[in-house]
Amino acid sequence: MAEPLLTVRNVSKHFGGLQAVDAATLFAEEGRITALIGPNGAGKTTLFAMISGFVRPDAGSVRYEGCDITGAPPHELARLGIARTFQIVQPFAGLTVRENIAVGAHMRHRGRNAALAAATAIAREMGLGDMLDQPAAALTVAGRKRLELARALATQPKLLLLDEVLAGLNPSEIRDVVPVIRAIQARGVSIMMIEHVMQAVMSLSEHVFVLAEGRIIAQGPPEGVSADPRVIEAYLGHGAAKLTAAGAA
Amino acid sequence: MRRLAMIVLVVAVLAAVPFTEASNAVLNFLVVALLIALAGQGWNVLGGYGGQYSFGHAAFFGTGAYVTAVLQVRYGVNAWLAFALGIAAGALVGAVIGALTFRSGLRGSYFALVTLAFAEVLRIVASVAPITGAGVGTLIKLDLRHEALQFQSRAVFYWAILGLVALSLVIAWAIEHSRFGAWLTAVRENEDAARALGVDATRVKLGAMTLSAAITAAAGCFYAQYFLFIDAGIAYGPWISVEALLTAIIGGAGTIFGPLFGALLVRLLGEAARLVTGDAPGLDLVIYGAALVLVVAFAPRGLMGIVADIRSAFRRPAPRPTAEAAGG
Amino acid sequence: MLSPVILIPAILNGLLTGAVYALIALGLTLIYGVLHIINFAHGALLTAALFAAYFTQKLFGIDPYLAAFALAPLFFVLGYALQRFVIGPASHGDDRNMLLVTLGLAVIIENALLYAFHADTRTIDVRYSFETIAVGGSFLALPRVIGLGAVLIVALLLWALLRLTDTGKAIRAVAKEKLGAELSGIDVAHIYAMTFGLGTACLAVAACLLIPTYYVNPHVGNAFVLVAFTIVVLGGMGSVPGALIGGLFIGVVESLSGLYLGESLGQIGIFLIFILVLLVRPSGLFGERA
Ligand SMILES: Nc1ncnc2c1ncn2[C@@H]1O[C@H](COP(=O)(O)OP(=O)(O)O)[C@@H](O)[C@H]1O
Ligand SMILES: [Mg+2]
Repeated sequence: MAEPLLTVRNVSKHFGGLQAVDAATLFAEEGRITALIGPNGAGKTTLFAMISGFVRPDAGSVRYEGCDITGAPPHELARLGIARTFQIVQPFAGLTVRENIAVGAHMRHRGRNAALAAATAIAREMGLGDMLDQPAAALTVAGRKRLELARALATQPKLLLLDEVLAGLNPSEIRDVVPVIRAIQARGVSIMMIEHVMQAVMSLSEHVFVLAEGRIIAQGPPEGVSADPRVIEAYLGHGAAKLTAAGAA
Repeated sequence: MRRLAMIVLVVAVLAAVPFTEASNAVLNFLVVALLIALAGQGWNVLGGYGGQYSFGHAAFFGTGAYVTAVLQVRYGVNAWLAFALGIAAGALVGAVIGALTFRSGLRGSYFALVTLAFAEVLRIVASVAPITGAGVGTLIKLDLRHEALQFQSRAVFYWAILGLVALSLVIAWAIEHSRFGAWLTAVRENEDAARALGVDATRVKLGAMTLSAAITAAAGCFYAQYFLFIDAGIAYGPWISVEALLTAIIGGAGTIFGPLFGALLVRLLGEAARLVTGDAPGLDLVIYGAALVLVVAFAPRGLMGIVADIRSAFRRPAPRPTAEAAGG
Repeated sequence: MLSPVILIPAILNGLLTGAVYALIALGLTLIYGVLHIINFAHGALLTAALFAAYFTQKLFGIDPYLAAFALAPLFFVLGYALQRFVIGPASHGDDRNMLLVTLGLAVIIENALLYAFHADTRTIDVRYSFETIAVGGSFLALPRVIGLGAVLIVALLLWALLRLTDTGKAIRAVAKEKLGAELSGIDVAHIYAMTFGLGTACLAVAACLLIPTYYVNPHVGNAFVLVAFTIVVLGGMGSVPGALIGGLFIGVVESLSGLYLGESLGQIGIFLIFILVLLVRPSGLFGERA
């Protein structure tokens, strides 16, 4: 079998005395949606930060499209096609929605008009068409999440890293966003998503990695993983009930 | 394009002033105001569009002024060439300081502090180094020929500085309409998010700082050529760092016309203070400082923000305060 | 090389100067540690304090060392009010605005003093101005030795205040975790103002210690404040012991480089240290807020 689009091998990161990620290994196959789940504080965001170049791993390697990209800076990785969203949304608050997205679009479009046109098109796709000239600061939580997605998409990524894009949304908003993610995948973008909303993980992803206390403790198709006693154990007292309920559904 | 037309209009109006039999005092006032506007536009490129607040733009102003003056006086370099080299030297100083600070990841308070320190180092060096005339300063010989970049008529000087200001306005316009500008404002708004979208933040800031330094250095070159005398306190003194920042903030940071209108207003206030109280030193700067604090407190987007608010109030008779309030 | 006969007094004098530097830096580092901004008005406030000490002596004949007991509380109130009613509200909680507001205040204070008292340089004479004491064969100016003692006492008081009182605990809580402190019911605006007041009070004491041997004019604070910035950066932003040790160290460096390079270039030595430290170990010496 060909090498996966992304391979993370034995990466570790500690902050002071805290081992946030401990020799984690995972991969993302081309064209698929891969999920990364785990309790709060497991190290998921830190793992994403290492893949996207914001944090340098203490050890281990990250390979993407057959090349070693360990320690490359974020802007170069973005150029290579790795885009990420932030768990805590980071809009350019003083810019309009269109200008926000255009920053991403500029990576593939030199001219201002071309970038703005691309931004407009993506905003419409993402359901932000009515807000184009609103300042990003005026958006609702759901709007900001969509903006985060739209900006990342504007860079025309091959691999999209989504950090809890559904967190903080109400059930009807989640129902609206799930098909958006499907549509992104349908365009040929490979996705790796951190998610707490288990229904979404079940319905969207083909392969799930489970991180707990910095280690990958289980992986496989969603149904199998959710029945895995180690996983239920890791979630116990936290989301065990939710997870098992979702697994049964 | 509408903004570009505005630039043409504003510059045309200003260019007509010498035809109105304005007195030399008025022209002199405007020359100085435009000089400050130019220095302020330099600050605006980095501080307004890029969000990197420098407290030491005197480093660039002074380098421009000294290189222009010293090359002519000591090395007999042609004034026009010296002027151009002054701008280049200012840009170089900007690039070096920028490379050092941005690579070290200095932001916010630290960036302000380190730029201030660089300006002070240069001031002290200039006040003792023989090549700058040390404590005595440097005097450019009076030589009222075009080849020496000196003009009999104040109006010509006025049009010259107006030309430079016009160029700086076009540069600001170009920033607003370019990828570089989009990246720069993205870095200002949120550096991490910008990097995730493929922006090489360090390079963008470095580019902005070099351009910013070049523009402010041009103001310094012009100062030397207009007043024909500089010393360390003038060229590298904190006054110009403060005025460059002040005009941009008061006029509206990150806007095309902010520094120009800011400089005109600030200088008018200073002039008014002088008229009311005689030539007591200090009072004009007290007013500048107070204006800075008041603008930050009550009109964070400066004069241009006030203008925009008024315009949108006229356009929409029943203004909805929602967007602003939610933006908080 | 210079002989020990010159070197040792230079080092001792450097330590004495450094003590007052340390006190100025202490105020700055305290404010940074809690508010996370560099107070660019620090130098102008020092100038104001020097004028205050000068005039209490000139007009009322009050000895500066005594005046410290009145001026310190007075400047505490001034600092408190500035932060509470000007800097805080005007900044809308934005760090960049805070920088601008403190810069604006510096410009206002410095030039208001210039307007009121002109650029003249003034000195007071008290009978002990030129008294010296002999320490191990070197003669040291008595006022500066007193200064060193006073600085140590102030540092001790400050340390006790931060460690032992409720206000001190609240200040440390805010410095460490502002949001958490806010949630546990601490009035952050009040603590900010208290801290700013304490930092400003340090300046009043420093001014009273300086004025017997130093002079005052409207720009005098600037020279000190850049030195204080250097010390604070060197000792670690927000670190009280760092400010003390950094102050003494810089005092010695200035004294020695002045000896070898002359007065003005000696100052450059300090700036170069400052810039080097900032550039080479910015993250090692202090934390940068995201
Ligand atoms: N920059 C940092 N400095 C110190 N500790 C951090 C930092 N980033 C994350 N951590 C810690 O690392 C652990 C993992 O965090 P994170 O990756 O955000 O987990 P998750 O996204 O799975 O909830 C947490 O205990 C968190 O507090
Ligand atoms: Mg997370």
